[in-house]
Amino acid sequence: MARKVTGRHVVISTAGAWIAGFVIFFPILWMVLASFKTELEAFATPPSFLFFHWTTENYVTVQERSDYLHHALNSLIVAGGSTLIAMLIAIPAAWSMAFSPTKRTKDILLWMLSTKMMPPVGVLVPIYLIYKNLGLLDTRTGLVFILCLGNLPIVIWMLFTYFKEIPKDILEAARMDGATIGRELIYVLTPMAIPGLASTLLLNLILAWNEAFWTLNLSTLEAAPLTTFIASYSSPEGLFWARLSAASTLAIAPILIIGWFSQKQLVRGLTFGAVK
Amino acid sequence: MGRITLEGVQKSFGPVHIIKGADLDIPDGAFVVFVGPSGCGKTTLLRLIAGLEDVSGGRILIDGNNVVDVPPAKRGLSMVFQSYALYPHMSVRGNIAFGLKMAGLPKAEINRKVEAAAATLNLTPYLDRKPRELSGGQRQRVAIGRAIVREPKAFLFDEPLSNLDAALRVQMRLEVTRLQKQLGTTAIYVTHDQVEAMTMADKIVVLNAGRIEQYGSPIELYQRPANLFVAGFIGSPKMNLITGAEADKHNATTIGVRPEHIGIVEAGNEGWSGKVVIAEHLGSDTFLYVDAGALGTLTVRVVGEKRLNAGDAVMLRPEPSRIYRFDANGNSMFA
Repeated sequence: MARKVTGRHVVISTAGAWIAGFVIFFPILWMVLASFKTELEAFATPPSFLFFHWTTENYVTVQERSDYLHHALNSLIVAGGSTLIAMLIAIPAAWSMAFSPTKRTKDILLWMLSTKMMPPVGVLVPIYLIYKNLGLLDTRTGLVFILCLGNLPIVIWMLFTYFKEIPKDILEAARMDGATIGRELIYVLTPMAIPGLASTLLLNLILAWNEAFWTLNLSTLEAAPLTTFIASYSSPEGLFWARLSAASTLAIAPILIIGWFSQKQLVRGLTFGAVK
Repeated sequence: MGRITLEGVQKSFGPVHIIKGADLDIPDGAFVVFVGPSGCGKTTLLRLIAGLEDVSGGRILIDGNNVVDVPPAKRGLSMVFQSYALYPHMSVRGNIAFGLKMAGLPKAEINRKVEAAAATLNLTPYLDRKPRELSGGQRQRVAIGRAIVREPKAFLFDEPLSNLDAALRVQMRLEVTRLQKQLGTTAIYVTHDQVEAMTMADKIVVLNAGRIEQYGSPIELYQRPANLFVAGFIGSPKMNLITGAEADKHNATTIGVRPEHIGIVEAGNEGWSGKVVIAEHLGSDTFLYVDAGALGTLTVRVVGEKRLNAGDAVMLRPEPSRIYRFDANGNSMFA
């Protein structure tokens, strides 16, 4: 028997969802609000929620003190570049593992994933020394390289799961219909895989944009992306909550906007394989 | 033209031999069914002919040309898959037209051919729908449309009806047979269902464990099975196989009698006495499962009106001319 959904259930679950959503979103909202407060109001007790002296002074200070656009451009290049290169490597890799697996394929997949189980700090010293010797410290190339390698296992896994879902018969039917590998890719596989490719790309972009461990440790100024930009507001001058909030709001704004417009793809990407 | 010849075709996956040397000659225009239990290699053999698998040995000739190194699309064959394998993002029209588009035909000609194929298969009203908006039977017809529109040398069917319900399966069976006769194109059809094989085929290939056990017309296979395997596989209900003293009387290791060739005679006559264990009344026929002592449980097919029930004692008499004899190797010994 199907479960009965009464009006009261709908009201309760809707209210529950809104409350949960609000609790999750609250820190971000609080941060955005704090960025419009003065430093004094930012840590006043009791805190004022909406009725305070609104000011954009923090944004002006942040822009004056450090060049936001420089860091944003770095973030764009580092996140975008590492994502694109990861996709270029992962598509053929996932493709071959999904469509012509060998008896070692599963082991390789697991081995790749196992690299993500190791805490990055465990290899910080060797990586730092390698970067130092190769002259890659504080370069965009260096960051693109490390973020690309760091996210590659996840990208390959996601694409592998997507490709696995495409029935082999359909590709064989295309081959019987006279499609070359190139045309099979263009007319059959890509249209069927677009949702998967898009959500993998988006998720990887977000992961790379928010990555803080390697970017903080391997860059200082020249190549520093927005994560370093935020961090620069925390310790040296004591904690300036309002300015830190303004910097953080600026840093997450681009990815939040992209995320908002691609919600549907993202949700599909994140819940993929959970339900058939 | 579409004559397909296999010469010593072999296929192994690593150490496992799936096809152990198949020789076969399929004349142009014939409807040939590959039948056998699961895992006998029938689908593999079809895929070897299609070019979706590479042979490990032997030659495949299409109209006299060896095609083992020719890619699937260049072999001039089209295939209908068990899962239909329709392109989900394309309309019915797009699905049927895809092969023609790949062949680089002009748009007007593609349209004309697609419409003609759709008309043949009653798909005209659905041309602009996506596969997910169609029923199982309609999807099956789209898959067939995609195959016929390319005017191939031969159709390859891989258990195309196994996903349909029983009633639709019978209907599609008739449609496929009619279409093949109308087009006169060679067809190879894989099934595990011996009723499908018997009803559709001009010739049947019975496969078992990677070997061709027998190749012949349905009636030949029924009347003159080459060995115990074919005898047991072709015919429904299965042939009764009897060993021991009763077989010795016929100078054979095993004898076989089909259920329809055993009659029920009055008590006191010469025959095999037994007791009905189960009686299945199908209306037109009644299948009796009779415990015949040392002979084992025998299946007997009698007319539907025969009123016999579990527990009844019966006297069975096989038609002497319809007793098959098999030697120690399981091969038939025809008089």
